[in-house]
Amino acid sequence: MSQLILLHILSLTFFITLPSSLSQSNQFCEAGTGIPSSKLLIKGGTVVNAHHQQVADVYVEDGIIVAISPTITVGDEVTVIDATGKFVMPGGIDPHTHLEFEFMDTTTLDDFFSGQAAALAGGTTMHIDFVIPLKGSLTAGFEAYEKKANKSCMDYGFHMAITKWDETVSREMELMVNEKGINSFKFFMAYKGALMINDELLLEGFKKCKSLGALAMVHAENGDAVYEGQKKMIELGITGPEGHALSRPAVLEGEATARAIRLADFVDTPLYVVHVMSIDAMEEIAKARKSGQRVIGEPIASGLALDESWLWHPDFETAAKYVMSPPIRKRGHDKALQAALSTGVLQLIGTDHCAFNSTQKAFGIDDFRKIPNGVNGIEERMHLVWDIMVESGQISVTDYVRLTSTECARIFNIYPRKGAILQGSDADIIILNPNSSFEITAKSHHSRLDTNVFEGRKGKGKIEVTIEGGRVVWENNELKVAPGTGRYIKMPPFSYLFDGMDIKDAFYLNSLQAPVKRAKSST
Amino acid sequence: MHITCVTMAMRFTLLHILSLTFFITFPSSLSQSDQFCDAGLTSSKLLIKGGTVVNAHHQQLADVYVQDGVILAVNPSIPVGDEVTVIDATGKFVMPGGIDPHTHLDFEFMDTATVDDFFSGQAAALAGGTTMHIDFVIPLKGSLTAGFEAYEKKANKSCMDYGFHMAITKWDETVSREMEIMVKEKGINSFKFFMAYKGALMINDELLLEGFKKCKSLGALAMVHAENGDAVYEGQKKMIELGITGPEGHALSRPAVLEGEATARAIRLADFVNTPLYVVHVMSIDAMEEIAKARKSGQRVIGEPVASGLALDESWLWHPDFETAAKYVMSPPIRKQGHDKALQAALSKGVLQLVGTDHCAFNSTQKALGIDDFRKIPNGVNGIEERMHLVWDIMVESGQISVTDYVRLTSTECARIFNIYPRKGAILPGSDADIIILNPNSSFEITAKSHHSKLDTNVYEGRKGKGKIEVTIAGGKIVWENNELKVAPGTGRYIKMPPFSYLFDGIDKKDAFYLNSLQAPVKRAKSNT
Repeated sequence: MSQLILLHILSLTFFITLPSSLSQSNQFCEAGTGIPSSKLLIKGGTVVNAHHQQVADVYVEDGIIVAISPTITVGDEVTVIDATGKFVMPGGIDPHTHLEFEFMDTTTLDDFFSGQAAALAGGTTMHIDFVIPLKGSLTAGFEAYEKKANKSCMDYGFHMAITKWDETVSREMELMVNEKGINSFKFFMAYKGALMINDELLLEGFKKCKSLGALAMVHAENGDAVYEGQKKMIELGITGPEGHALSRPAVLEGEATARAIRLADFVDTPLYVVHVMSIDAMEEIAKARKSGQRVIGEPIASGLALDESWLWHPDFETAAKYVMSPPIRKRGHDKALQAALSTGVLQLIGTDHCAFNSTQKAFGIDDFRKIPNGVNGIEERMHLVWDIMVESGQISVTDYVRLTSTECARIFNIYPRKGAILQGSDADIIILNPNSSFEITAKSHHSRLDTNVFEGRKGKGKIEVTIEGGRVVWENNELKVAPGTGRYIKMPPFSYLFDGMDIKDAFYLNSLQAPVKRAKSST
Repeated sequence: MHITCVTMAMRFTLLHILSLTFFITFPSSLSQSDQFCDAGLTSSKLLIKGGTVVNAHHQQLADVYVQDGVILAVNPSIPVGDEVTVIDATGKFVMPGGIDPHTHLDFEFMDTATVDDFFSGQAAALAGGTTMHIDFVIPLKGSLTAGFEAYEKKANKSCMDYGFHMAITKWDETVSREMEIMVKEKGINSFKFFMAYKGALMINDELLLEGFKKCKSLGALAMVHAENGDAVYEGQKKMIELGITGPEGHALSRPAVLEGEATARAIRLADFVNTPLYVVHVMSIDAMEEIAKARKSGQRVIGEPVASGLALDESWLWHPDFETAAKYVMSPPIRKQGHDKALQAALSKGVLQLVGTDHCAFNSTQKALGIDDFRKIPNGVNGIEERMHLVWDIMVESGQISVTDYVRLTSTECARIFNIYPRKGAILPGSDADIIILNPNSSFEITAKSHHSKLDTNVYEGRKGKGKIEVTIAGGKIVWENNELKVAPGTGRYIKMPPFSYLFDGIDKKDAFYLNSLQAPVKRAKSNT
């Protein structure tokens, strides 16, 4: 069943209208004119790639970008979109999401359809989700996620979490990379008693990743110390959401980040640190990169846009929605992470979108340890990054494309199919109007979530059109999406991060001047 | 050789009935200087005349008058009667005897035991100007009390003052209770945790946190051996797989990055618990920089380099002769050239605070246990006898530190950290008369032939330098003079070290400040349910 063909038999798919709240803008509408043209011309916009921007037309046919030229003339059968005065950019790629994720005795609200629909409405055209092994089985986990993803309406890839270690896991990792299109594995240094692994397993995992050309990722917090911190807060009678932040301070994120970086250096394999939330962790990454180590740091939208003060809010429901791990930090960390993005210390932006309703968050009304961890962001990321980073003058528009799309595609080895507006690239395109503005509310967003951690936030820049695989899926504040239209994007191993690793290893071996030849003395 | 132990009923009294003790003569090699000589009778009154008396805080030309093992007066000119033994120290430095914070005498490790026991190791120390050391009690089958008793017995033959740290190698309620006993009754105020030696002494972060918390509550100093044991284990496997089985494999299997990692981890966990931390044998730039960073941020972290880390580099481990290479095997390993100089600079800038040795002596026959596999080479180098001379030569003669700094780094700061200052670590009225006289115009040479340790090798073999400790006075007795040792087993005293050293000053205030800063718990109306 080649998913590519699916694109061309769109007429066979049926479009869905989700029950929505009041406003028109909140609706998933039927495509209207029926069958959309498979030929598109985006006219007169500023086409932005990570490496270059120019005023040009973009011509799309059958889901693929066919031409980018200052002036392209087309016939009547081509749908023309005027992008004059606007930015035409690669759709966002969110490297870090958890759709339909079973965690802390409940399941995230957004499944592969609703989460992706929200993403498309916010200008993200691909995401990479984390497959969680099922009872330790990677294969079973993969199959479960394949099923979950059947209803997809946009392209997606998979990372995989590794939560234990044995020969079977090791063999299955091979299978995942060689046959299933997975090229990254995440290890949890936190969540003691659940997902956490110790240094011994982390080292085994890193070695295996290296041999497979797969990228090792870490959730970096010291789980033993977090457990201590949680006990301490409960003993102090601090049971509310603020206890969440207090129990796992930034020093513990810095510690685990430093540890993962050093162990990756020891094994000599590239490392990807997910959700960098603190100055402590960021500085460790900066130090490692300065010394030439291949470390990627991923801040997320909430870490860039929010601060921990919300966790002290007197209303539990409000405070609880900000609970995620590592926690959102004190004011100052947000600005430092922004600066690190602009100076190249951090490389791309994710969301860790992991949506739990207020009823789910209420599980922890008497004990912050029971509040399901997670915030939204898949829909908001592109707007927030534009507003926070571009509108403030911290980065250029080309940087914006790099941080939200291109670098992710490169790291996960799907560039330039994704992450670029180039001839032959997938037609995943957004049109952003810098003179318009956005406002985020739970009422108007497209996630199923009943709250939004960015509630009421306004900013400049508005993604007016999202094109996914050559189809216009978001226009005039209307979503036109259908389940089953999203494709699984296999990600091959040995991304650019592995270039030269073999040479470095050989250089290392040569440098040892060992074994030393010694005459056997008297035994 | 005969080592006769004097029964040790009252070690304190023993000092004053010296005539009852009989002195030991070691059979020695050729030179006179290698002998432990009969002391004859020594006066209990001493005057050290005309030297430059150096304390960590001040130096001055003065006489020092000692009676019954205690310093009574320090004055520009002290007239005394004929019954007083007078030592002329004109043109020389009169300084507090060295205190070595890190030794392993009579230590059972890696299926063997160190060759220096409490007598031979201490005799060597005294010949090198060190008048006190703090050794590590290792629990016996997990029992702290049994371990302590075993070390009490080992130390019966002591000929100089000593204290004890204690290693913590597992965790349960009993260990926790025993730590309390050790601090409150046994005079121990520091506990060491091993982040390396997987499967043997190593503990994980959970236990480390428990240990730190317990230390904090007792006012005891938490110490760490900082290397990532899991990664070391990996590194060892890798080297064996690569066919690197010689001593160089030891260094290659546990690179500096793993010392840096564990140092960073211990520092952060100590910060999390808010308790002072002491990092033993800082061997690398990586570890030193973590300490520098923490101290810069105001955290109470003490870094202890050791003599071998300051004076040597790893190239010896590549020596084509196994016996030569193997004697340099210790953990963390001696590092590449450059680390030594960086550690020296860190000492001179105050990033590191005191110098130890990790004296842990294994003979070449013991080192040969690892002839086919570096993992089986007993870890350890000498240093207890050489430290004071090496630090003088490397640090003072090179102009990196002042003489007052020298006293601070080799003696005073150790006494302060382990809360026995100014009884130890100072030349002040009332201080114990542990004194050395160093002649800056003389010189030293280190050889296995002439040293006083039982070791048949010496990692500093052939090293020469300026400065020579000509006299060592321990507890008011001249024990080293004219290159002769006059020591007797049973004359050393156990020095109890009380908890809550200056490193704990204000920790309670910091905790209170922290609690006040939380603005928690937040008062919330219980919503539905």
